[in-house]
Amino acid sequence: MKHTLEAKRLLCPMPVIRTQDKIKTLAVGDVLEVICTDPGALNDVPAWCRINGHKVLETKTVDDEVIIIIEVVDNENRDAGDKEQ
Amino acid sequence: MSKQRKAVALISGGLDSLLAAKVMLEQGIHVEGINFYTGFCVEGHTHAIRKKDKAKPKRNNALWSAEQLGIKLHIVDVIEEYKDVLLNPKHGYGQNMNPCLDCKGFMVKKAVEWIKENDFDFIITGEVIGQRPMSQRRDTMPVIQKESGAGDLLLRPLCAKNLPETIPEIEGWVDREKLYDFSGRTRKPQMALAKEFGFVDYASPAGGCCFLTDKNYSDKLVDMWQHRSSRDYELDDIMMLKVGRHIRPNENFKMIVGREQGENKFMEGYKKIYPYIHCTSHNGPLTLLDGNITADDAELAARIAARYGQGRDADEVEMSVNYPDGKNTILKVKPMLADEIPEVWYV
Repeated sequence: MKHTLEAKRLLCPMPVIRTQDKIKTLAVGDVLEVICTDPGALNDVPAWCRINGHKVLETKTVDDEVIIIIEVVDNENRDAGDKEQ
Repeated sequence: MSKQRKAVALISGGLDSLLAAKVMLEQGIHVEGINFYTGFCVEGHTHAIRKKDKAKPKRNNALWSAEQLGIKLHIVDVIEEYKDVLLNPKHGYGQNMNPCLDCKGFMVKKAVEWIKENDFDFIITGEVIGQRPMSQRRDTMPVIQKESGAGDLLLRPLCAKNLPETIPEIEGWVDREKLYDFSGRTRKPQMALAKEFGFVDYASPAGGCCFLTDKNYSDKLVDMWQHRSSRDYELDDIMMLKVGRHIRPNENFKMIVGREQGENKFMEGYKKIYPYIHCTSHNGPLTLLDGNITADDAELAARIAARYGQGRDADEVEMSVNYPDGKNTILKVKPMLADEIPEVWYV
């Protein structure tokens, strides 16, 4: 399932925190598109994914927006019973 | 087979926490990192806002540390809870508005909650006796243990040999002999240990990781509190203290003038919250106005704002004053001269 997270106007590490909290609610195999305006997110969100075992499918900059597309891989920290319907 | 012991490491992104976590990994402990975001952390923000910093790598050092260590990092938003630490510090402030001792106690307390929720065994920090004047002293380090509730579950690997034994040492989860006895403000032992572990590119040692230790930032925070009915704050308030030139020409309002393109761009996001001024006849910065402004205030602010644009030497410039409700006024003003702006107006 594909999900979108708007993290515009937030400065790092807030986009990372929002990504982390969102992914906790997702299932393995879900795809999350994170849209940010802080260019720092282009490094920080993929770094968070690498150390927490998720796969970055794509990163791109469109105008002033940074978009990171993530596949949820390892979700052992997922909140029990908190999966999005 | 003995149980795999698990520790959570407070990771700031600095050298000490990096080393403390590495020391535990070397002893076979399962380590995960935790990083608390208070809203005042230097990490990220200033790099992101100012265009002139764009050549610098925009990395978050806590994430970078975790990646070097090969451990997970949990970043926890404590902005709301941290307000009480800042507004009512039991142990007071340091040189500026930094409540370092209460802050460390708060973070360790949050780590105690985290290890209970996540079934971890103990907590480690990169603290070193004598390293910091407020929170890392021989007499204050036990205060952190006591007030956080961590007690003997808090291990400081870099100076453990100078401290009483903790549970991880008594129980044999870690070998005390392989811990360290660092003390004082010198960074040489840490740098030597970093070299031994092969860390070459770590964050500047002993650098402030918190805006509250910065005098300029603290002055702006105090000014904000003095001109509001309450000391409460929102994240946007404390973000705005990090950008622009702050000028208070009157008790009832303050101007925030963008200093370069990156700040102007960042401030654009606040145009629906604050009244703002920009020059329509010449290039110039974006200026946000914080407070209740009258027509006279708007004209005064327009003259000051014009001073920072390319029309500063013109006899007259056209300034657009815009309000969050959509109202707009065009003013033709003479830019203020540099020596007409009293020094005391600068916050």
